[in-house]
Amino acid sequence: MRQDDAAIRVEGLTKRFGSLVALDGIDFEVPAGTVFGLLGPNGAGKTTAIRILTTILTPDAGRAEVLGHDVVREAEAVRYRIGLAGQFAAVDPNLTGSENLRLVGRLAQMPRESIRPRSVELLERFDLADAADRPVRTYSGGMRRRLDVAAALVQRPPVLFLDEPTTGLDLQSRNALWETIRELVAGGTTVLLTTQYLEEADRLAERLAVVDGGKVIAEGTPAELKARLGNTVIEIAMGDETAALRAQALLARAGDGGPEREGSTLRLSSDGPRVLMDVLRSLDGEGLSPASITVRDPSLDDVFLTLTGRHAEPVTEPAAEPAQIGAAR
Amino acid sequence: MSQTSIAIPLPTEHHGLSRLSGAVSDTLAMAGRNLITYRRVPQLLIFSTIQPVIFVLLFRYVFGGAVRLPGFPYPYVDYLMPGVFVQLTVFGAIAAAVGMASDLKSGLLERFRSLPMARSAVLAGRTIGDFARNVFVMVLVILVGFAVGFRVHTNVVLFLAGIGLVLLFAYSLSWIFALVGLAVGDPETAQAAAFPILAPLVFASSAFVSTETMPGWLRAFADHQPVSVTASAVRALLQGGPTTSYVLQSLAWIVVIIAVAAPLAVRRYRRAV
Repeated sequence: MRQDDAAIRVEGLTKRFGSLVALDGIDFEVPAGTVFGLLGPNGAGKTTAIRILTTILTPDAGRAEVLGHDVVREAEAVRYRIGLAGQFAAVDPNLTGSENLRLVGRLAQMPRESIRPRSVELLERFDLADAADRPVRTYSGGMRRRLDVAAALVQRPPVLFLDEPTTGLDLQSRNALWETIRELVAGGTTVLLTTQYLEEADRLAERLAVVDGGKVIAEGTPAELKARLGNTVIEIAMGDETAALRAQALLARAGDGGPEREGSTLRLSSDGPRVLMDVLRSLDGEGLSPASITVRDPSLDDVFLTLTGRHAEPVTEPAAEPAQIGAAR
Repeated sequence: MSQTSIAIPLPTEHHGLSRLSGAVSDTLAMAGRNLITYRRVPQLLIFSTIQPVIFVLLFRYVFGGAVRLPGFPYPYVDYLMPGVFVQLTVFGAIAAAVGMASDLKSGLLERFRSLPMARSAVLAGRTIGDFARNVFVMVLVILVGFAVGFRVHTNVVLFLAGIGLVLLFAYSLSWIFALVGLAVGDPETAQAAAFPILAPLVFASSAFVSTETMPGWLRAFADHQPVSVTASAVRALLQGGPTTSYVLQSLAWIVVIIAVAAPLAVRRYRRAV
């Protein structure tokens, strides 16, 4: 193994399915012992990237290494070093939870004597001990997902791939999983996760690559990505579109490059409260009254909107603790 | 220094000879996993046993008196049972298609392919698990046959050879249906796709009736297709008559089926996502 501080290295990775370009030459590096997030909407190419890194698919061009091992030429060596929890709960419904984990342990070539204690430990940790000897088909969706993540950890892989790990988990399970991921990383594990949830990427990942249309369109720490937008986001709901259009024209020079409009809502980024005061003064001068004003820290959804002109998620998550100024009427 | 290599003992990597023992162990793990399904969902085993038992009873008592068998010296049930043996393994093979399609659809194959297990183990485990199930069902159906008057007119060695031939034939079919399951990728579709392929093979054959009354074009097919030659081979082994030609034809089919279907199934498995 080459001594190297990058646990995962991806260079110019390209993958086509017929005429569909799933990956269009992506590059990124994941330092060992960190969490790296691939953030993007459905169809961005995140899952394809994970499948190539976990040796399930071979790339059409470019290369990828996991702990210094090429994922194509040294696929077997890579498989000894990774754990994967894919988008589905990939567990056998007819086996019990314990049997599922022991099967994975055996297929991961773990020493026989350590398989059972490890499965007991993981079932305990993922709050499945009571259901350990029940067939998985009697599990709830959340329990299956937890078992699936546990199955990815059986062989204590130094590099862990989690494809949208918290999709379908309730809040409590999600927080527990985040806690587990932090513990693993504290113990030296490298984690690559994909997510559509901006909050998740923000909370967990030290570095992020924003993926769209098979390309990395931005990379950096969550703070760096947010810094591209100034310090504060101001959202002004005008009540109707006509008023919003008038206000947009009026405010064309306010903030950084004027407001973006979405329906009857305007959005501005600014460096300080002065912009907000100017905006209100201008609107008032034209007799325009906002229905509501929201001032908040930029979220990663704002980053995505700025980079691609689209929301990352079909439905925008409510921003964390917005400072709602309320109806200014 | 790479901090990922500290304090985490890696699993034993297999090389050389230990690769082979690793492959055997992986295959057994997979076969065991497939057999547990029959313990957890006993209906699967019950129905795959009831169906051939019903065939035995129906054919024995409904058609037994009516079917004419030119040149066959024993009661119809003695003609019927070798056909039922082949038939039950043919319909049983659908389970391989359904199983592979389920594993593909559920994402389990994806997990298996990310693990350092033998590439052959998923398919080999599937076909070997099916083999074990066939042995079990076969024993039950043989017992039912004996209860309704079925008798072997040669000897124990030829009887066991006949049963062995059926099991080999069944094993080859598992590969075809594992391939079908991977190609279709959906358990319900796999089930639906298999039956129309299998029904003509089972019924346009010498499994239950003599082919002599069939129209010429059908008979040409019925006399040479794998279900017929295997049923005829088993019948000859159990009840006497010239065996060599049928047994060789049946073995040829088995070899050809495995030689074609197994590499295709492995290829398909390596690409399945």
